[in-house]
Amino acid sequence: MAESNTSVGVVKTKYFTFAKPPNELPLESGEAFGPITLAYETYGTLNNQRSNAVLVLHALSGDSHAAGYHEGDQHPGWWDAMIGPGKALDTEKYFVICSNVLGGCTGSTGPSSVNPKTKKPYGLDFPLITIKDMVDAQWQMIDHLGIENLLTVIGGSMGGMQVLQNMFSYPDRIQSAIPIATALKHSPQQIAFDEVGRQAILADPNWDDGDYYGHAFPDKGLSVARMVGHITYMSDTSMPEKFGRRVKENQQPFKFSPNFEVEGYLQYRGDNFVKRFDANSYLYITKAIDAFNLLNGTSVQNVFKHLRAKVLVIAFKSDWLYPAYQSHEIVKACKFSHVDATYCEVNSTYGHDAFLLEVEEETHLIKHFLRTVSKDRKL
Amino acid sequence: MLDLGCGDGELLADLVAKNNVTACGIDIDEQAIYKCVARGLSVFQQDIDTGLSEYSDQYFDYVILKQSLQQIQKPDFIMREATRVGKKLIVSLPNFAHYTARFKILFRGRAPVTTTLPYEWYNTPNIHFLSIIDFIEFCEMKKFRIEKSLFIRNNRAVKILPNFFAETAIFLLSKHQIKGT
Repeated sequence: MAESNTSVGVVKTKYFTFAKPPNELPLESGEAFGPITLAYETYGTLNNQRSNAVLVLHALSGDSHAAGYHEGDQHPGWWDAMIGPGKALDTEKYFVICSNVLGGCTGSTGPSSVNPKTKKPYGLDFPLITIKDMVDAQWQMIDHLGIENLLTVIGGSMGGMQVLQNMFSYPDRIQSAIPIATALKHSPQQIAFDEVGRQAILADPNWDDGDYYGHAFPDKGLSVARMVGHITYMSDTSMPEKFGRRVKENQQPFKFSPNFEVEGYLQYRGDNFVKRFDANSYLYITKAIDAFNLLNGTSVQNVFKHLRAKVLVIAFKSDWLYPAYQSHEIVKACKFSHVDATYCEVNSTYGHDAFLLEVEEETHLIKHFLRTVSKDRKL
Repeated sequence: MLDLGCGDGELLADLVAKNNVTACGIDIDEQAIYKCVARGLSVFQQDIDTGLSEYSDQYFDYVILKQSLQQIQKPDFIMREATRVGKKLIVSLPNFAHYTARFKILFRGRAPVTTTLPYEWYNTPNIHFLSIIDFIEFCEMKKFRIEKSLFIRNNRAVKILPNFFAETAIFLLSKHQIKGT
């Protein structure tokens, strides 16, 4: 439970429903979709000028529970190390908001939500969504909270894509932006790993064309997808440090049970994931990530030409899933448009996971960056 | 204003505070970036040798190369780029022909270690070793116009035989305008 004064303490998830027919949300695919519920949490207090709001954007498997503890829970939110009194996103100064993305499975409308027309879960009747659709939905929530301008938008990986989408689509409504370990467009290698994950789910006989709700879930497929994912989040330096070639203590008699610790770890991660994540959400969200290409219809020279926000780009040296060269592209785009930007490449061995683990470096960068932004904007 | 090889950002922060200029820096060292960010500066962690191609012509009023030109792989390329993106380029250099350095080589037979050249041969970041005369000749050859120059020893201007007495040289440069173009 909330043990120290650096925690936001016990928090509750809130819900906002909008886009009720006939006012459905227009999606990038051309479809209109609604109603939509977004699950969100807030930490800290919105000031009188409504100028201290920070929007945190989560990665593929994240949710709205970014900080603090849910009643009776042992584990804090996914970015608790960064959000709280005195932390990088200081809740004594800032009003921090985090929402579960459209298409998610932890409170926001996604393929596992009940379709009001059929009274059954959407399954594959759920429309294809994009990163832009996620961001558009979030702005409906920001409007609902009565906030005209965000002090910053921040997130890593898929969260970083949402940050970039905000820089492109809502340049007048953000004072600053912090894209971390992310890319302007998904690369073939990144798409390839996502496709392996999707194929694992589709190959699970329980998947049943996405219509598995109410009976056996495609747990094995989703678990394998998560295992592949976890390999790409680590690095060739962090894995030997973490596992070496150490063998597991409790060996099973079956010939092909895991021998090495790394095998046991991946299975454990996979098995845990299926308890909290929906296989169809995994399919829809990875498709949205793979489709992400901010340079579609524009160029690196022009993509941020309307942006006046200050930008902090962070990458990690050992991240081979979102290599630093992809962050260099973001920096280039900022320079072309004379955006006031800063770039730091943190020397980390953790691989892509570093954005969740390199707390000290990120805290230093983000804390000072936000202080400068607040000063510039006379907050 | 753009500072190439801005280090911990001391100069930039000073310029921003005193002259209210808009400035940004580039440095390859991660720790330098942390210090710059703590000073509220906008900086890029980047190898200067990778160039400045994203910036449009004459975008900056001043580009600064403070004690970094001798550490850059392709000084002529960077100076060409710096005078393209900046209206003026300010270069400061350690003078490798300063008399203390000459004496160390000539009489002691040792690679010079002096106040402005504090490194041993095995840990120096300097990859080019040049004197004031070398640099002036280089500017003529590469068509950089020297608008002003200042030679310094112990924080005082050196008027006589700068190539012998000055430890540091500072130049204000611009791109050579060829008449009729």
